[in-house]
Amino acid sequence: MNINIEQIRKDFPILQEKVHGKPLVYFDNAATTHKPQVVIDAVSEVYQKYNSNIHRGVHHLSNVCTQAHENARIKVQQFINATHSHEIIFTRGTTESINLLASSFSDTFLKEGDEVLVSQLEHHSNIVPWQLLEKRKGIKLRYIPINERGELILDNIDELINSRTKLVSIAHISNALGTINPIKEIIEIAHSKDIPVLIDGAQSVQHLEVDVQELDCDFYVFSGHKLYAPTGIGVLYGKEAWLNIMEPYQGGGEMIKTVSFEGTTFNELPFKFEAGTPDFSGSVGLGAAIDYVLSIGLDNIAQYEHELLEYATEKLSAIPNIRFFGTAKEKTSVISFLIGDIHPFDMGTMLDKMGIAVRTGHHCAQPLMQYYNIPGTIRASFAIYNTKEEIDQLVNGIERVAQLFG
Amino acid sequence: MTINEIQEEIVEEFSAFDEWMDKYSYLIEIGNDLEGFKDEWRLEQNLIEGCQSKVWVHAELDNDKIIYSADSDAIITKGIIALLIRVLSGRTPDEILNTELSFVEEIGLKDHLSPTRSNGLLSMMKQMRLYAVAFKAKMGQ
Repeated sequence: MNINIEQIRKDFPILQEKVHGKPLVYFDNAATTHKPQVVIDAVSEVYQKYNSNIHRGVHHLSNVCTQAHENARIKVQQFINATHSHEIIFTRGTTESINLLASSFSDTFLKEGDEVLVSQLEHHSNIVPWQLLEKRKGIKLRYIPINERGELILDNIDELINSRTKLVSIAHISNALGTINPIKEIIEIAHSKDIPVLIDGAQSVQHLEVDVQELDCDFYVFSGHKLYAPTGIGVLYGKEAWLNIMEPYQGGGEMIKTVSFEGTTFNELPFKFEAGTPDFSGSVGLGAAIDYVLSIGLDNIAQYEHELLEYATEKLSAIPNIRFFGTAKEKTSVISFLIGDIHPFDMGTMLDKMGIAVRTGHHCAQPLMQYYNIPGTIRASFAIYNTKEEIDQLVNGIERVAQLFG
Repeated sequence: MTINEIQEEIVEEFSAFDEWMDKYSYLIEIGNDLEGFKDEWRLEQNLIEGCQSKVWVHAELDNDKIIYSADSDAIITKGIIALLIRVLSGRTPDEILNTELSFVEEIGLKDHLSPTRSNGLLSMMKQMRLYAVAFKAKMGQ
């Protein structure tokens, strides 16, 4: 493998921090990743060298800033292999991307009795926006069930995707379990019935190569902050044909062509969906993060993180009374578990005291926790800068806590 | 003993712990030992749902004193509850309302009671005070 972990760790200044006097072991990467120096520098350079409101500026700084923002859009386009850069809409993150779509898509295409199909392992951000539409428009939200291993059961998919279905909205990868869903198959089935598909890629783009043309999904959404980029920037990819016929989301500057009190005409893509001053320092940071990830190589990242996953699974399996949640054949570097009757909050609190950051609780996936009939899990999620030594520390930490609880 | 004497007693006990591990072992121990929360009180109206752990609180009047009972599904949370009950239960509403709970900070557990901790403890403390306000009003009638 062609990566130097020691060097990579040096790229992330926060990894030098101490927590409760102990070196930080950060296993909460599915919630957010840390930022390499190149990303921090790129954002700070915006403010130090060319900060200026973008688009329509005649002065130099505005032009430089506009160029940087639009270059970032092209980087995102190339990163997920979209056909056009105007198919990339900048948002605040995955949640806003889904809400944008729920709002704009439903305006034109959803009416009472229509169905939207999600799955049982979705993050709340791919459940609640549709539930709001259940109230507002009388649509019906349905879901693909899962099995004990945390994999989607597609046996009844022909009934679930039916003539009332107007959109299928599925996570590429489960945030709580790490399951990689068979999205290509689901997209093919939906398309055979002329139904568009939205893929929630919040947990994917940082782990594996995504090619939206090859997937043929109609929409793909993700956040920057889980991809080593700043918080507050995210992406909605949509096929040009869909974005063109959808209504705008928010109104304001940038998204208009002409405004009079008699009426307004809207700007073309992508600006039609980007009302107000966009987060151009965020987009530049996202561009830098994409460059950084590509410099390591997504294949290398996937391979290394898979090694970490296998190592951690093996080591954790030796702990008495451990129960894993999510044992799908295809999964990314996320491990969800419980130890005996120890409450996840207690485990998380004690591990924190040892400098180990894990996430505990329901991971914004309560329907999934209800399926397993548990209050939550302890989740360790790995990123490119984690090491096997850190996993050993986690295992030791868990064993210490387990002893304490007897 | 007054409320403040009990607070001082707890601070004294905790000063014996050099290691955080000992402190938390003790919290786990007193959390495990906390009893007395009846099943009939395990009601929706007594539940404080934190994002991380659940807390149930019940209060009743014994002459002019409030008797608190509480429970949690997480043991560390329960250990802190045990301390709060030790300080506040069996006191008059006035005593409770006039007390600054300084021991929490002094024994280094303030983090657990900050609004950013979603373990239900802060809401529980507010709820305990509200009971004191309500019982005081009732007694004044």
